[in-house]
Amino acid sequence: CVAIAGADYCVIAADTRMSTGYNILTRDYSKICKLADKCVMASSGFQADVRALQKQLAARHLIYQHQHNKQMSCPAMAQLLSNTLYYKRFFPYYSFNVLGGLDNEGKGCVFTYDAVGSYEKVGYSSQGSGSTLIMPFLDNQLKSPSPLLLPAQDAVTPLVEAEAIDLVKTVFASASERDIYTGDKLELVIINAAGIRREYMELRKD
Amino acid sequence: MFRNQYDTDVTTWSPAGRLFQVEYAMEAVKQGSAAIGLRSKTHVVLGCVNKANSELSSHQKKIFKVDDHIGVAIAGLTADGRVLSRYMRNECINYSFTYESPLPVGRLVVQLADKAQVCTQRSWKRPYGVGLLVAGLDESGAHLYYNCPSGNYFEYQAFAIGSRSQAAKTYLERRFENFTDSSRDDLVKDAITAIRETLQGETLKSSICTIAVVGVGEPFHVLDQGTVQQIIDTFEIAAEQEDPATEPDAATGQEAATEQGTAADQGGSTDEGAAPMDI
Repeated sequence: CVAIAGADYCVIAADTRMSTGYNILTRDYSKICKLADKCVMASSGFQADVRALQKQLAARHLIYQHQHNKQMSCPAMAQLLSNTLYYKRFFPYYSFNVLGGLDNEGKGCVFTYDAVGSYEKVGYSSQGSGSTLIMPFLDNQLKSPSPLLLPAQDAVTPLVEAEAIDLVKTVFASASERDIYTGDKLELVIINAAGIRREYMELRKD
Repeated sequence: MFRNQYDTDVTTWSPAGRLFQVEYAMEAVKQGSAAIGLRSKTHVVLGCVNKANSELSSHQKKIFKVDDHIGVAIAGLTADGRVLSRYMRNECINYSFTYESPLPVGRLVVQLADKAQVCTQRSWKRPYGVGLLVAGLDESGAHLYYNCPSGNYFEYQAFAIGSRSQAAKTYLERRFENFTDSSRDDLVKDAITAIRETLQGETLKSSICTIAVVGVGEPFHVLDQGTVQQIIDTFEIAAEQEDPATEPDAATGQEAATEQGTAADQGGSTDEGAAPMDI
């Protein structure tokens, strides 16, 4: 799964292939889950753990809504996810997550996690089997100059929404060529001020 | 009834076979501000009168959303009500998590009743001082239950609790046979009328009452003040003048149908109201 944050949008994408070993279990499984109005999570790894994690977060979000009368913001959900993962530090969720959405000001934000909850706010990220192929390419295209440089550069990419979507599609098409676990169909979720929309793209089936 | 020697403990029976503490708890419900509920085959409407401690404070929250398909209106000790609705929310969330389906209302009500019963049989506890009108939708249709502090629960077609609820109950008793087939909007109108009965002379304004609806295809939500005020306007005007009843009714009906909120609409409806009332 991949996520890219822009100035006023966020793109989260994941392929729809579920596999075990050298076999494909299904070509049509969604790894993306909407947690809140402006917050979407994509996860790769052991899908049963991913599903359990999604349900946990959804239940906690409902409690939050009852208590605060509003939806959770993306940074709040990011912290919640981190805490939920670390709670099972000694029997982890085998789930590699990427959280994307809009923060309170409407700017795109992406948070990337490891299996036990270590997280960081970044401008783009990828997790899962294809990430070794995808991450270097994203670094080449999107990496901002060193954070030590002054004036402080924003982590979000200056790309326009359409360009970012194009980049994601290219990146997955490339990963499908060489990674056996990536392919079938690409599911893209784009969050912007207007709301959330989904797009699909066919990938190599082999 | 008061100042008996058998009313100190909830675990002490009176010679007549009554638990006075439990009955006193039911009295607490009668002292709270009114809450009413009514149901049709497909919708349930809850309404309550908002009581504020003073002009300066905000009013107490008496209607709580428990889940998309269940809501509750309380009368009595609102703190107890808040705690119980938190319990209900937890139960709904846990059930959804385990069974991936909404908790049937009947089960929730039984769990609530059992929880209330526990407090009537422990010497270190006291009964909950709140009556709950639980409105919900499940596979077997729309339901309205009333949970007492005693641990009893009953299903109702329509009910009212709290102070001056007898007036509302009388109104509901007259009209309840029509409720099953009522439309959602008629049900809301009946709810508001029932609330007006409890006010006994006070002007009915949307700031005094809160209405919430749950129904087929409609998750539980509280109607916002603007919508409630519009509905109040429509039938207040209809009640004010019998003759040209159709004209303003149609006009304000149209305005209610269009998206509420524009100043023109609000101005328009009060204008229609002003002219006939001048007569």
